[in-house]
Amino acid sequence: MERELRLMKGNEAVAEAAIRAGTDGYFGYPITPQSEIVEYLMEANPAETTGMVVLQAESEIAAINMVYGGAGCGKKVMTTSSSPGISLMQEGITYIAGAELPCLIVNIVRGGPGLGTIQPAQSDYFQAVKGGGHGDYHLIVLAPASVQEMADFVELGFELAFRYRNPVMMLSDGALGQMMEKVYLNPQKERSGISPDWATTGKPPGRERNIITSLELDSAKQELFNLKLIEKYNEIREKEVRFEEYQCEDAEYLFVAYGTSARICQKSVQLARNEGIRAGLLRPVTLFPFPEKQISRLAEKVKIILSVEMSAGQMIEDVILAVGGKVPVFHFGRMGGMVQTPEEVLDFLKLKIKEA
Amino acid sequence: MAEVTGIKDYIRPENLVYSKTRLMTDNVLHYCPGCGHSTAHRILAEIIDEEGLQQDAIGISPVGCSVFLYNYIDIDWQEAAHGRAPALATAIKRLCPDKFVFTYQGDGDLAAIGTSETIHSCNRGENFLIIFINNGIYGMTGGQMAPTTIPGMKSSTSPYGRDTVRMGFPLKITDIVATLPGTYYVSRQSVHTALNVRRAKRALKKAVQYQSLNRGTCFVEIVSNCPAGWKMTPVEANKWLEENMLPYYPLGDLKVPQPEKDLNPGSTD
Repeated sequence: MERELRLMKGNEAVAEAAIRAGTDGYFGYPITPQSEIVEYLMEANPAETTGMVVLQAESEIAAINMVYGGAGCGKKVMTTSSSPGISLMQEGITYIAGAELPCLIVNIVRGGPGLGTIQPAQSDYFQAVKGGGHGDYHLIVLAPASVQEMADFVELGFELAFRYRNPVMMLSDGALGQMMEKVYLNPQKERSGISPDWATTGKPPGRERNIITSLELDSAKQELFNLKLIEKYNEIREKEVRFEEYQCEDAEYLFVAYGTSARICQKSVQLARNEGIRAGLLRPVTLFPFPEKQISRLAEKVKIILSVEMSAGQMIEDVILAVGGKVPVFHFGRMGGMVQTPEEVLDFLKLKIKEA
Repeated sequence: MAEVTGIKDYIRPENLVYSKTRLMTDNVLHYCPGCGHSTAHRILAEIIDEEGLQQDAIGISPVGCSVFLYNYIDIDWQEAAHGRAPALATAIKRLCPDKFVFTYQGDGDLAAIGTSETIHSCNRGENFLIIFINNGIYGMTGGQMAPTTIPGMKSSTSPYGRDTVRMGFPLKITDIVATLPGTYYVSRQSVHTALNVRRAKRALKKAVQYQSLNRGTCFVEIVSNCPAGWKMTPVEANKWLEENMLPYYPLGDLKVPQPEKDLNPGSTD
């Protein structure tokens, strides 16, 4: 497969990959630091080439509900936003999860809470991984660590969304969205034009009417539906865990980090090894499902684990659960739009080694 | 001429003047006795059938009393979150431009929580139909004040009558959308008498037909009753509607297509 090499911002890569993946519709509302996505799509004007619909909605609330409508027709639809906008979308997201509709939601995370800052952060982990909206549901959460992965995860996101009829979130951040890297882009795919049999496409004679809903007043039936969802999530836990290990074979000290923090920790591993400290990195690529077995296995052989995140410590809760008390787990990271340096991470590790 | 011997002689196809609407399902309507929703459902189902649109129709049901509309008319449906139906319809119509797409929304859904989606869809001239049932009250949640509750009207959250100083004025959202360049046909009707049912059906049918032109949003308000919420018998409710609601929400077309002028130059048809 011939892939085209380009130098792009992460945001631009998402937009271009969306067109090339044969996406049917994009609905979004501008917010920093991800407005380049809708700008890029408007300029590329794929309506003229692939027939992809691109619409600037009146709010994030409208945008996610447009995604719901399009997804209900079986179309490949997506939206992108950043933290405050993603908060506004939570109602729509739980309805989409409850109606079991496939779609892709990209969060270019910025620091919070509230209006916060426009600088990168990883402080939306809880919201993305633990629910965000009301009710028992999970998103499949993909955490890119490069511009390349921001492009690749568009297609992967749609694949998983349709395989499991479940919304997929790409949890990126302002650094990945704004930085430029080389990226290999897939060739243009045609839009499928075929809708799944559950989609609302107009009821032909001989088929039952299709109804997209998340409403069930009979509690006993709602519980059965909840059980069905749990079964689906367990299947996802079984089959879709993705992660990357870096120098873990002989590691005595382990960093667990995703996205931008993983890139930083990769450098911290190199710096540590230059000083003779055997550090390694486990990078979760999927945050739900979380690579708990892999972390649990590594916890058997390392002495200290650092969960490194640009947050006050959110993923660390899942790391602690996976480690199960076998070794000490510490959080390290900057927040509020500040980004830790590889040296800061290493210094913190050295401090914890000394204290041990 | 054959001699008529009994009632059975009259039961012949040529004498049929009334029958169950073909597209209405056999599910039992959950509406209270005398409620206008069932009449509105019926004329809508009749029109979809008469226009041959069953295969092309995608409806969006709201949150409110008509939340279960998808159980009653035999077409494809999506159930929206409260107020968001026009956002769903926007995407559905743009992604499936050959389909007949409509929303069916109550006053709380359309004119309170969903005001933004309503106004912006109409303002963009989205090519779908909005059916707006205005009974001036929140029926499903038990009779609270609606954005369209008229001054002085009692509800469980305006128990002494709507005081416009403290509670603001009713929102005439149909008048607002009629001023927007994106709407193509805007009408206000009612279904509280047989005559009004026929008029409402005529207006709704026009709206459905205009919809196929893809020249902008069509919007039909149906001023309706809520015997249970208003705490009246159906007959009293219809009388109250006529004497109190209609002076505030006068019936008739608010905006009709102007063939000499392209109202939505952005559209392609």
